[in-house]
Amino acid sequence: MGLQHMKTSEFDAAVSAAPLAMIDFWASWCGPCKMLSPTIEALAGQYDGKVLVGKVNVDEEPDLARQFGVMSIPTVVFLKNGREFDRKVGLMPADAFTAVLDENL
Amino acid sequence: MSYDVLVIGGGPAGLSAAINAHARGKSVLVVSNPLEENPLWRSEKVDNYLGLPAMTGAELLTAFQKHAESAGATFKVGRVLNAAMMGNEWYVSIGSDVEEARTVVLAAGVARGNKFPGEEEFLGRGVSYCATCDGMLYRERPVAVLGWADSARQEADFLTSIGCQVSFFEKPKTCEIKGDKTVESVTCDGKTVQADCVFILRPAMPPTDLFPGLSMDGGFVAVNRQMATNLPGLFAAGDCTGGPLQVSKAAGEGLIAGQSAARWIDKKQRENQ
Repeated sequence: MGLQHMKTSEFDAAVSAAPLAMIDFWASWCGPCKMLSPTIEALAGQYDGKVLVGKVNVDEEPDLARQFGVMSIPTVVFLKNGREFDRKVGLMPADAFTAVLDENL
Repeated sequence: MSYDVLVIGGGPAGLSAAINAHARGKSVLVVSNPLEENPLWRSEKVDNYLGLPAMTGAELLTAFQKHAESAGATFKVGRVLNAAMMGNEWYVSIGSDVEEARTVVLAAGVARGNKFPGEEEFLGRGVSYCATCDGMLYRERPVAVLGWADSARQEADFLTSIGCQVSFFEKPKTCEIKGDKTVESVTCDGKTVQADCVFILRPAMPPTDLFPGLSMDGGFVAVNRQMATNLPGLFAAGDCTGGPLQVSKAAGEGLIAGQSAARWIDKKQRENQ
């Protein structure tokens, strides 16, 4: 499945169907987001088939950013069957994300 | 492109590091605030720089920068927001840009970690250090900018241009950020404004915010005789490593840091062969 670039229209259905999802809210004008990007891509590969790893461009999908109250990017939101249970704001090393994923797999 | 050495800071330490790394055949990028925003710029007389008595800070800085430019260093104006080692490279974000380098010399001057009440608590929930990153999330909404430099005024103008309602505080002394789940207001030096986001634009980020895990000693970056920090490929020089906060000391430390960075790269190269 790999990394999903998610649109508002398909978002709810996709995350509701996923036991565990990790969504990165980002934008092209944000340097820290660009720095986080390779980490998110690597995690999409590492957790392929186990976790839905997606990216939401807040510029193209402002409604989703508003719905999740994204106040600073990058923001990574963790969901179980569409329900948020954790989030990480700002640039972080991969193990900050794997710790949440491994605990909730 | 990836540089051999990325220098954070364009003062005597950073420019000396740049010249010395470049002299050893390394490509160098210097990232700094505009020269006029360096605290040394306002110094009316520097009388203890060997052989060059009674220079103004501005004269010294101008000469230093000219020297580094003519030596072949590349320059970029901006404030460094984040740095992270991934693989064998340092990635450094400057506003909306990212630069890569094999080593970093931190020479950003004294950046104290003193934060305002509410700043840490609301980080990511209405406190931001990057107007270009987060500004778009606050269009048509009230925001406050706490600025300590001319470049902060420009970032405030950017926020206004994309439709934020901006209150600007110039060099506030004491501020408190308040809210419930997210930021609602900020009070600086007795004046309160409503704000959904407070952009705090200091001249430099504290070293430990830039480099998580960086060892400090008495509020300054801990370094050894080679100006190496505890993080691989990260060197530090100048005021950020402690006093005396003087030009000669900064230039000397910059020289060591630049040479150490060059040596570190050569050593890594040998190991990989």
